[in-house]
Amino acid sequence: MISLFEERAERRAHALSDVFLHAVYGIPGGEKIKECIQCGTCSASCPTSYAMDYTPREIIAALRAGLLERVLKSNTVWLCASCYSCTVRCPSGIKVTDIMYELKRLAIEFGLTPKEVKAPVVSRLFVDIVDKYGRISETELVAKFMLKTNPLSTLKMIPRASKLFLRGRLPLIPHRIRGTRELRECAATIVSGLHPGRTAREEK
Amino acid sequence: MQARAEFSYYPGCSVEGMNKAYDKSTRLVCKALDIDLAELGDWNCCGATSYMSIDELRAHLLSARNLALAEKEKKDLVVVCPACLTTLTKTNRYMAENSRLRRTIGSALKAANLQYWGSVKVRHLLEVIVNEVGEHEIKARIKRSLSGLKVAPYYGCQLTRPFGGIDDKEFPMMLDRLLTWLGVQPVNFPLKAKCCGGMLMMTNEEVALGLTRNLLECAKQNGAECIATICPLCHMNLEAYQGNVNKLFGTDFSVPILYFTQLTGVAFGFSRKALGINEELIPSQALLEKHLEVLR
Amino acid sequence: MVERIGVYVCHCGTNIARTVDCKNVADYARSLPNVVVARDYQYACSDPGQEMIKNDIRELGLTRVVVASCSPLMHEPTFRRAVADAGLNPFLFQMANIREQCSWITEDREMATERAKASVAAAVMRVTFHESLEIKKVPVNPDVLVVGGGITGIEGALQIADSGKKVYLVEKEPSIGGFMARFDKTFPTLDCAACILTPKMVSVGQHPNIELLTYSDVVNFSGYVGNFTAQIRKRPRYVDEEKCTGCGQCEQKCPLSVPSEFECGLGKRKAIYRPFPQAVPGTPVIDREHCLYFTKGACKVCVKFCPRGAIDFEQKEKLIDVQVGSTIVATGFDIFDASRVKEYGYGRLPNVITSLEFERLTHASGPTAGKILLKNGQAPESVAIIHCVGSRDHNYNEYCSRVCCMYSLKTAHLVREKTDARVYEFYIDMRAFGKGYEEFYKRLLEEDVIFVRGRVAEVTDVAQSPSEKGKLVVVAEDTLLGIVRRVPVDLVILSVGLEPRKDIVEVARTFSISRSKDGFFLEKHPKLAPVSTAADGIFIAGACQGPKDIPDSVAQGAAAAANVLSLIDRKEVELEPTIAIIDGESCSGCRICPGLCPYHAINFDEERKVAVVTAALCKGCGVCVAACPSGAIEQQNFTNRQLLAEVEAICA
Repeated sequence: MISLFEERAERRAHALSDVFLHAVYGIPGGEKIKECIQCGTCSASCPTSYAMDYTPREIIAALRAGLLERVLKSNTVWLCASCYSCTVRCPSGIKVTDIMYELKRLAIEFGLTPKEVKAPVVSRLFVDIVDKYGRISETELVAKFMLKTNPLSTLKMIPRASKLFLRGRLPLIPHRIRGTRELRECAATIVSGLHPGRTAREEK
Repeated sequence: MQARAEFSYYPGCSVEGMNKAYDKSTRLVCKALDIDLAELGDWNCCGATSYMSIDELRAHLLSARNLALAEKEKKDLVVVCPACLTTLTKTNRYMAENSRLRRTIGSALKAANLQYWGSVKVRHLLEVIVNEVGEHEIKARIKRSLSGLKVAPYYGCQLTRPFGGIDDKEFPMMLDRLLTWLGVQPVNFPLKAKCCGGMLMMTNEEVALGLTRNLLECAKQNGAECIATICPLCHMNLEAYQGNVNKLFGTDFSVPILYFTQLTGVAFGFSRKALGINEELIPSQALLEKHLEVLR
Repeated sequence: MVERIGVYVCHCGTNIARTVDCKNVADYARSLPNVVVARDYQYACSDPGQEMIKNDIRELGLTRVVVASCSPLMHEPTFRRAVADAGLNPFLFQMANIREQCSWITEDREMATERAKASVAAAVMRVTFHESLEIKKVPVNPDVLVVGGGITGIEGALQIADSGKKVYLVEKEPSIGGFMARFDKTFPTLDCAACILTPKMVSVGQHPNIELLTYSDVVNFSGYVGNFTAQIRKRPRYVDEEKCTGCGQCEQKCPLSVPSEFECGLGKRKAIYRPFPQAVPGTPVIDREHCLYFTKGACKVCVKFCPRGAIDFEQKEKLIDVQVGSTIVATGFDIFDASRVKEYGYGRLPNVITSLEFERLTHASGPTAGKILLKNGQAPESVAIIHCVGSRDHNYNEYCSRVCCMYSLKTAHLVREKTDARVYEFYIDMRAFGKGYEEFYKRLLEEDVIFVRGRVAEVTDVAQSPSEKGKLVVVAEDTLLGIVRRVPVDLVILSVGLEPRKDIVEVARTFSISRSKDGFFLEKHPKLAPVSTAADGIFIAGACQGPKDIPDSVAQGAAAAANVLSLIDRKEVELEPTIAIIDGESCSGCRICPGLCPYHAINFDEERKVAVVTAALCKGCGVCVAACPSGAIEQQNFTNRQLLAEVEAICA
């Protein structure tokens, strides 16, 4: 006999799984995931799968089975380098890389990434910097990232940083474009509530 | 002299920042080849892989603004970074195929009085040079010979994947051909389109270093004296982190990494400084001079 | 004369009656002009139902009949027969579809009933203008053309020839035998392919009723069921078949060797050659493109050594016209080009071979005398077999090629039998569907073949560890374990899929056969008519209809033969009279229609300057009727008057 407590937790987990699965269906070509025959080509093509807790194929199986713990608490999506080898080789034509992006977005949105995973920090900083200047300042990105995640490692960066600086490859003043405001205004028409970018999909 | 072809030029943030040499050599080589490059005014970051990890629609919006601005110029868009190529092409394609995305982004652009009709073609400079200029014209401009120089042609992931239509997705040959035309010797490089780790160098350094190490190892084993790249991020990983590779794996690589535009520029007679080769972290001077021979 | 129309509204159990108020419709029908009787009935197509209609015809003197029920495709023939039985011309009958086009498309009773009434009214108004039509009968020529001399064509030809009928068997290659002649052993029995094939080949060669035309193809094919004309081009062998004894001297003495197509390029043949020792016919062929006489005017060694003077460099191509009543197209398949899958290294890495190349290696009369060897002549210590190459893949062919799982198992068995090598088989699924197939799979499990469930992502020669040096590394995820494995092997065998032949488009055009989405020939019905095509008298069989193994190919060859024999035994065929008729008086000679007819049934009479329809070829598709700007063409049973009456009734 499961308790009412557990029952409610189970129902919530099911509901969340459904949200995730339907979010994936919502990206362009996302419904193709239903045609996954679990052949493993994606995992074997992936250059970083050896370092993943669960291979890309397992993540897709877990997603479809509603085992979200595996999907989100694992390091898999954060090890995706966007090399697209999986996507071009998948015999069912599933856009695996794009699905990884969606799972990254969902993980961040629902605050489900483990603390040790640093990748979301980079991505968030990237977005902030681009929103601010309209272009990326690599120096600012790297510096802020190091300070946020591992301040001591900034020291390790100094030799390379100084070599780059001496060769004029470390720009310190970021270029600000004119169009930052209009980008903000355009973006405002898309963002809605808790789910940035969810509007178009919900209409579906 | 009438330009052979006119393009809007989208340098990308990386090339503006830590990899200005790529931009310098690109402009020089294009001028020599009569390719007119007009930098796209007020272009914004394409978003690369990171923005897409946070917000899908706003990422598409970034690309769409660039495409809309380019469409106003009525020219195709030339990029030198494969990540920019993929991001811009992805938005281009998905907007054409997916009506919901088209409508959402379309109405977002309206807030800035912009619109995009889907007519811009985004192309990588390598493909433009190989297809628009061709062997004869390249050879006609060679002032210095680098014959005997063994180069590993490194394409990386995002030139040929995922959209294809440019070259073979697993074993492309476009850069090999260009190098042959330049008179250098492209070596057999089976890992030519394998991943260098990309952005993972920042977030999972060890994994990325392993991938970079494989590339350096393979290039060396096949006799390469240097590696030619077409992507600023690959260049960064292969060059700036070569020391880290050596530290982690106990190897002793010292392989110069050169942009394909730099090699082309050297053959065309431009100086090291003009091509930004002097900004490199791993010295290539001795290597290039060993093979250099002025022709005219 | 005023027509007397009987209308029958069928309930079809609850199929129609659940949504359509049949009684109401029948009542309505009774109110229509010229309707003398209108009934509704449970199952009009049943015996009592038909009897009811027949009785009404006889007793009420009906001159027209309308049945409102299912689709004509279901029971039009049934009711036409019933009407004919009662003495009325079967074409004075019209069906109204109130099931597929009415009760099955809505739940709304009111709308369905209204619609049914409209359909019935249309049928009633139309049938008034129907005319009696006579079914034409044409005789069936008992001779048969079989195109393709593989195991399927051989089976079909033998069945028909054994029953006493004459067969023209046309084969493109110098010898019959097809792909089966190239295989070593066949699954699941491990029969030697040549041992079971060659006796049949010999039977064909010696059969008094089979005229074997090898090194030939069909260049023209026209006519209609029972009466086809085929033009066959017999290419010159440059060897007189009458004089040649097949002694083989010429082949032996010929100084020029070129890569052998039969051996997949792994072995050589001479410029004058038989593709394989048991070739039927045993007459060799001279390869004009390489032969030193044809290219340089030199040599002629074969002439010197032929004891019968059978070499004839002057031989010309012959065009032969034959008349047949039916044809079986059994042109077979081609294998998928493995070099398209760049990541598997075929063509780039040595020792990556296809399953067909493997068959030649393991074959006793192959280039290595049956020894499984690497390119450097050594025996492999480890072998990987990769399933699904080019199949089940949206990048290449989406379909499953059906035979590869089984032949992969056979391949694994042969490697284990002949070498001590470790054998790995990389698969996604194991499709062992036939008789004895699952048992064969069990046998392979017992033979210590290592099965890894995972689709191979790539085959690489870039070593990541000392044990991979000098090897081909197969990279696949072992999905049952969830681990990506790198397996170093010496030899990789790609189990390539089956594809339609490269020239299938031309063959399809020659015989007017449609093709399905996967490119293979389209059967009339995948379950109920797998060897028939939309064209009566033209049958397909074997792998040209879709990938299949030898048992199924033989079964289809025999099935096509049965169809052919049934057709011949009927002695005559009925031609549907609902054909197009051209009124010469109205024809303006614009010549639009001949080019439009998909069945080449319209010719232009140069003397009278009008178009003429060959009734037997016309299938009644209506294209010419619609296209004629003068309105000179009418279709029997689909005349303007009839169609307009239908439309007016519906719009009323």
